[in-house]
Amino acid sequence: MEMQKLYLLVPLAPLFGAMIAGLFCRVIPRWVAHTVTIAGVAIAFFASVAIFNDVQAGHTFNGTVYTWLTSGDYRFEVGFLIDSLTTTMMLVVTFVSLMVHIYTIGYMQEDPGYNRFFSYISLFTFSMLMLVMSNNFMQLFFGWEAVGLVSYLLIGFWYTRPTAILANMKAFLVNRVGDFGFILGIGLVLAHFGSLDYATVFQKAPEFANTTISLFEGRDWATVSLMTVTCICLFIGAMGKSAQVPLHVWLPDSMEGPTPISALIHAATMVTAGIFMVARMSPLFELSTTALSFIIVIGAITALFMGFLGIIQNDIKRVVAYSTLSQLGYMTVALGASAYSVAIFHLMTHAFFKALLFLAAGSVIIGMHHDQDIRNMGGLRKYMPITWITSLIGSLALIGTPFLSGFYSKDSIIEAVALSQIPGAGFAYFSVLAGVFITAFYSFRMYFLVFHGEERFGKGAHDTHHDDHHGGHDDEETTHDHHHGLAPGQKPHETPWVVWLPLVMLAIPSVAIGFIAIGPMVFGDYFKGVIFIDHHAHPAMEHLSEHFHGAVAMGLHSLTSLPFILALSGVVTSWFFYMKRPDIPAAIQRRFSWINTLFENKYYFDKINEVVFAGGARVLGKAFWRGGDVATIDGVMVNGSAKLVGWFAAITRFFQTGYVYHYAFMMIIGVFVLMTFWINRA
Amino acid sequence: MSNYPLISLAIWTPIIAGLVVLATGSDRNAPLARMLALAGAIAGLVVAIPLWTGFDVALGTMQFVELSSWIPRFNINYHLGVDGISMLFVVLNSFITIIVVLAGWEVIQQKVAQYNAAFLIMSGLMNGIFTSLDGILFYVFFEASLIPMYLIIGVWGGPNRVYAAFKFFLYTLFGSLLFLLALMYLFIQSGGSFSILDWHKMPIGLGPQIWLFLAFLVAFAVKVPMWPVHTWLPDAHVEAPTGGSIVLAAIALKLGAYGFLRFSLPIAPDASHELSGLVIGLSLIAVVYIGFVALVQEDMKKLVAYSSIAHMGFVTLGFFMFSAMGIEGALVQMVSHGFVSGAMFFCIGVMYDRVHSRQIADYGGVVNTMPKFAALFMLFSMANAGLPATSGFVGEFMVILGAVKFNFWVAFAAASSMVVGAAYTLWMYKRVIFGDVANHHVAELSDINNREFLILGVLAICTLWMGLYPQPFTEVMHASVNDLLRHVAISKIQ
Repeated sequence: MEMQKLYLLVPLAPLFGAMIAGLFCRVIPRWVAHTVTIAGVAIAFFASVAIFNDVQAGHTFNGTVYTWLTSGDYRFEVGFLIDSLTTTMMLVVTFVSLMVHIYTIGYMQEDPGYNRFFSYISLFTFSMLMLVMSNNFMQLFFGWEAVGLVSYLLIGFWYTRPTAILANMKAFLVNRVGDFGFILGIGLVLAHFGSLDYATVFQKAPEFANTTISLFEGRDWATVSLMTVTCICLFIGAMGKSAQVPLHVWLPDSMEGPTPISALIHAATMVTAGIFMVARMSPLFELSTTALSFIIVIGAITALFMGFLGIIQNDIKRVVAYSTLSQLGYMTVALGASAYSVAIFHLMTHAFFKALLFLAAGSVIIGMHHDQDIRNMGGLRKYMPITWITSLIGSLALIGTPFLSGFYSKDSIIEAVALSQIPGAGFAYFSVLAGVFITAFYSFRMYFLVFHGEERFGKGAHDTHHDDHHGGHDDEETTHDHHHGLAPGQKPHETPWVVWLPLVMLAIPSVAIGFIAIGPMVFGDYFKGVIFIDHHAHPAMEHLSEHFHGAVAMGLHSLTSLPFILALSGVVTSWFFYMKRPDIPAAIQRRFSWINTLFENKYYFDKINEVVFAGGARVLGKAFWRGGDVATIDGVMVNGSAKLVGWFAAITRFFQTGYVYHYAFMMIIGVFVLMTFWINRA
Repeated sequence: MSNYPLISLAIWTPIIAGLVVLATGSDRNAPLARMLALAGAIAGLVVAIPLWTGFDVALGTMQFVELSSWIPRFNINYHLGVDGISMLFVVLNSFITIIVVLAGWEVIQQKVAQYNAAFLIMSGLMNGIFTSLDGILFYVFFEASLIPMYLIIGVWGGPNRVYAAFKFFLYTLFGSLLFLLALMYLFIQSGGSFSILDWHKMPIGLGPQIWLFLAFLVAFAVKVPMWPVHTWLPDAHVEAPTGGSIVLAAIALKLGAYGFLRFSLPIAPDASHELSGLVIGLSLIAVVYIGFVALVQEDMKKLVAYSSIAHMGFVTLGFFMFSAMGIEGALVQMVSHGFVSGAMFFCIGVMYDRVHSRQIADYGGVVNTMPKFAALFMLFSMANAGLPATSGFVGEFMVILGAVKFNFWVAFAAASSMVVGAAYTLWMYKRVIFGDVANHHVAELSDINNREFLILGVLAICTLWMGLYPQPFTEVMHASVNDLLRHVAISKIQ
């Protein structure tokens, strides 16, 4: 009973903070807003720690809080499922959220929307916790859409900026495309399993392993496996939320939002909801190798091709954003290889080091006075030592340096894919290997350009930067011509402690968590009874654990392995290209300009969406409206019938002239006709 | 509790209040007229609430029944009652009447008494429609309720109000003439009864059932409105004053949908099954086609009007899947649409009162000058787009989930509204609310006052309550919906 109150406390504490800061944002002073929200998230974090310990002691929970709705034979409930997967997510979410809350005090201090911002990020924390703690699909969908809403609000936080309000709408709509598939998947689950409760559905799932449904009655070719259709529909939802190709287009644009939320929402937590969902549904996904193949191919495409785009970005946040896309691809590949625990493990390590990289990028942006173009930076290590060191740690973790957290998770993914037998695994293996080199290359390109080499800041005129700060409603003119970036001769400076403390706090798990957690989490019993793998059909994880001989051995062994060599050569290449011979990348860019054009247009996804979908919808709407409603229905049917009546009336009006002699004349004609008739009959 | 004629009170309290308000006469007494109207509307809600609190959720039959003879010669009775299908609409209607009176508080300065009286009388008449168990009584209320709405559009409406009022009146009159023929046929066939409940039990052959169904369909489809007889609605909304739009969207559209459940399904169950494909097809056209039409509207009221048609498409779709999820989802959608579309039209009214334009292009950056309003408008926009935790989600979710079981492709088409609905709503929101201040009109806007805040706040609470805890709304429906489904499953052909 006591624990159940604690479960409730975890989501409600941030919600309370969000309501105080949000509903009273115009009356309360700033310190109240940040104190109450930080307190709420801190309570959620410490409660999560307590719950984590409780679950480790063997006390899982699956129960209802209240009945949301009943209809027919169906019950929809709001409830919690507390197990090791949930507590892992709770710890990650609350910890990163807490760090981001603290960081925000420094980052947003000049912004007029300070209280509103704190309200939003606390509301996000609540929504994300509801998502991960759910014990049923309905509540999952609630959390799913709620995080989408907060993401929408936060991307468009600077609502006077045209790019931001376009980006937030795009994010919401692209996510809705994913949700469209997701809700059909949920519908299929309900229609066939008769429940949306995880436990019931998972228990019944094996009975449906060989069930087929017909998409078109009476057509043999339309008969498909129920589990395949259901899993692919559910995964389409994950593709939207976790930004997998082709629904990835919203994530780079989401960088229009303030940097703290890029770290929290668009790197560490919300975008990994799709990964979490698939891992949670492992008993369903295991029943369809076809769906897993689909997943692994989509993940591989995302991991490789989004990595390429990271190479040519010059906006510091966009480099990290494409890196996030690529890493989400890695997680998806792991899911496809049935290595769910590895995917969650990478989700966790990635949350720490990617939040670190984003917050460090934000710190650089503050230091550079809101100039985000890495071509204007260089040599910052002298001026921002803490940001420099923590960034280096984050980058090293990201590229998979042995013994750092990213190494353990990424290497496990690569190994799992190598051992996977399902169709598409070969391509995926190539992609994740090539991705290692690319990740190292773009990460260290950014690192070198920002922290090393010539000091390029303070040179005055530059034109390709984003204004990441101003745009509050009381300084409209500043969005256009406010000077940002460093003035000539001005030097960058280290940021205040509220900004660098979270960097340090995140650097610690970025270094250590992999080494500590790989044993129990990936190869131990940590996810026993939570993640289900059909070892017979998908033996990759079983084989992988045969090769595992402890974290130290894994690190040492990797020093001679291919991924390490690829990562090292990526770092060396970028050092050579950007530190030693900057003329080489320029020459390559000229020589292969078509590739550069392709990359700069992001494979033309945005163009296609804009013309085909957005444009097409408007054309269709105009056609239906002008052609259907106005011309056909109103023009022909409604006004047409009115005209018909009018026409009829006009004809009959001829006989109603009002002149007596007309009527008299008609009467005489009538008399003649009748008389003729009468005489002839007689 | 049931010693009092509660339903009669719910019908006649607002009508009498309306007559009292009318008696205050010219605009010299406008403040008094407003106070009396508000008091009458509140009294109307107070007498309607016991219908919900005293409602026995275990019973699927009619409750609070009142029966007395009206025209004995034709066996026409004053026969009233509510079940789980109609009860919520009586309460909703009485609630919306308060909103409407408040909505016109400062805006309407011409013929104040007549304006408020029209709404109060209409409110009573609509309660009569939802509670009549006698065919002729229903028809009288049904037709009588057209008159106040016609006057509201025709007298207090916009520049093109006469065209809109005529279009509205003729469209609905055309539908109800066929309906009257159907009533006459049923009267004769049943051997002289106008009792709707008798008609439910009466065996009818398939041929006559189909003719009856089609007559009902025309009458109700115009009211709902369903494609292709929907074009009166955008015109009526655009010309109607804010209060008129609120009632039109929140209550008037529900009359047609209610008619399907009270007449079409139980009286002609075999024909309903036979022709369900037709209705589902029309509903899906409403959802998909109208969604795209809404996308390209340049007038905010037209946009929301079209979005209403798309949302009502979900209602008719839910009815004709013949499942508890479908029908209850549709009923929830109807109640929710009452809150959400009412609020949306009120929001547009708030802006119209200040700028005197409904064109999206005349706005931009409203959030800069009206932050409180922008926040509330965001909530209702999200509810309109069917976001979970708002009432807009519940009905759509239930209908889509019910549809997957019914037919995957029907669900597929219906679920497309998740994308299109969000697109037209958020695109409008973006162009109107976000961005830099677009022109001096927007720059001079003042944020919502206490009256407007109260209205939107109350509607926001309703929207969130129904989204977070819909159980109190659906639990009253279960018994009646299950009875209806059992009834519809049995053939009437002998």
